[in-house]
Amino acid sequence: MTKRPTLFSLILSMPLLLWQLLFFLFPLLFLVAISFWTVRNFQMTPDLNFGNWERVLSRGVFWDAYFRTMVLATTAAVVTSIIAFPASYAISFKMSEKAKRWMIFILIIPFFTSYLVRVYSLQVFLSDAGIINAAFAYIGLGPFPMLNNAFGIIVGMVTLTLPLVVLLQTFSLNFVNRDLIEAAHNLRCGRLRTVFAVIVPSAKVGLVIAALFAFILSFGDFVSPLYLGGGNPPTLSIMITDFTKSGQQWPRAAVVAIMMIITLLTAAFAAVTYAYKERGK
Amino acid sequence: MGNENRIINALLKLHIVLCLLFIFAPIAGSFVFSLNSDRFPSLPLGEFSTEWYRLIWEDPLVWQGFGNTLVVGLTVAVIATILGFGGAYTDFRYNFTGKSVYVALALLPPTIPVVIMGLAMLAFLSRVNLSGTTISVIIAHGVMCSPFAMAIIRLRLSQMDPDLEAASWNMGGNQWQTLRYVIIPFTKPAIFAALFITMAVSFDEFAVAWFVSGLNETLPVKILGFLQGQVSPRINAIGSLAFLSSMTLIILAQLLLRSPEEEK
Repeated sequence: MTKRPTLFSLILSMPLLLWQLLFFLFPLLFLVAISFWTVRNFQMTPDLNFGNWERVLSRGVFWDAYFRTMVLATTAAVVTSIIAFPASYAISFKMSEKAKRWMIFILIIPFFTSYLVRVYSLQVFLSDAGIINAAFAYIGLGPFPMLNNAFGIIVGMVTLTLPLVVLLQTFSLNFVNRDLIEAAHNLRCGRLRTVFAVIVPSAKVGLVIAALFAFILSFGDFVSPLYLGGGNPPTLSIMITDFTKSGQQWPRAAVVAIMMIITLLTAAFAAVTYAYKERGK
Repeated sequence: MGNENRIINALLKLHIVLCLLFIFAPIAGSFVFSLNSDRFPSLPLGEFSTEWYRLIWEDPLVWQGFGNTLVVGLTVAVIATILGFGGAYTDFRYNFTGKSVYVALALLPPTIPVVIMGLAMLAFLSRVNLSGTTISVIIAHGVMCSPFAMAIIRLRLSQMDPDLEAASWNMGGNQWQTLRYVIIPFTKPAIFAALFITMAVSFDEFAVAWFVSGLNETLPVKILGFLQGQVSPRINAIGSLAFLSSMTLIILAQLLLRSPEEEK
């Protein structure tokens, strides 16, 4: 292998690089640029105007949406992680290799179903006259309001993220050294205590990363807040679609998008730092 | 102690069943509702009916959307797999300064929220007068799907004996011949798996396509339109058919990845 890149290596490596530079990185940078542009008569003109930033960031509506989105995504990440953990634990520690492979295959299936169709189906399950409340009515309970409120949004987000979180948790639990657990048992460490004192700390990185992915997916999701939460008050992603689709206010939508990216990068950095921090230091 | 263990194991099993029920109830539900006469199904369920399938069969807009989805999906699968193959081989074979940046840039798109991708794509593509065309959807889906293709093919390459390539060079094969007669045959199952999986991802992607597609809507974007309108069980019918086609692609991909040794 010579140090100078060969024509062969360039032909293989360059197409992907150029595609992602031109159609991925450049549009994202372009987003930063248009956040300073001005809109006149539905036309964007290049400018260096901080007006969009001032207008968006000085509004209570934006910060309400910001904290609402933050709380929803954090709740979804925590709830999903808690629901997922016993399942991942059972898959990783209690199942045969063959059963494990089947579970992984089954958990991959939802990624290839339409999230929209699932959310529409959830509407039928959750509405006041829907399947679940009809079942409750048989035993004389309800109806419980489950649609067009935060509960509906969280259900949607958990539906979206649960398969991924179980998969990521299972992979990290698979790497936990089995000798450690046996050692803990030999030292008369109880079952539950083994889980929290041995297994959770040794799989910490994977568990935190799984929760981070749930947070990122939920934070950017606009389908659950819109079709299970009723869309009002809006979340950040609904604000972006509103600004873009009806208002022709692309620069303001860009401001919201950049704020979201900054938040996600901060969250990712914090989570990774926390995940790799040594215990007791 | 043994008794306690059995109870805990039974509870864990029950928990898994409940999780799967939670994940798959909406999917199974949409199947059942698509064959139900009620516009808004509840308990007790209405009569068996194929009305919604007849409605979508007769809807020219659905066919148009299906055509667009097919054109986009097939094109994206080929583009993403070629790009992904190049990226996977580059990561497998070469070391160079900035390699981590190269790999990060290649794999990052799926972590960016789709609304942000959609907005960025729309702003950029309309600037170059491409927004509202089928090409714009292909470009956007190419960005989002190539990381999957790259990951699948990279995984297969890591199973390859590195001596295989060296042997080919020693026997006088140049890099192109080695690629043609050694690398591509070895990664063939992964290449097909990547084609199917990227196609399936493109089939179901609605958000970015919604931002950039304009009037050339793909089927998932049509579904979004139905959702914004009144209650329409046609969504269930389209969704069930889309699910069946995606599942076919996934199972094909899975079979290819599962028994790579028979594939020669």
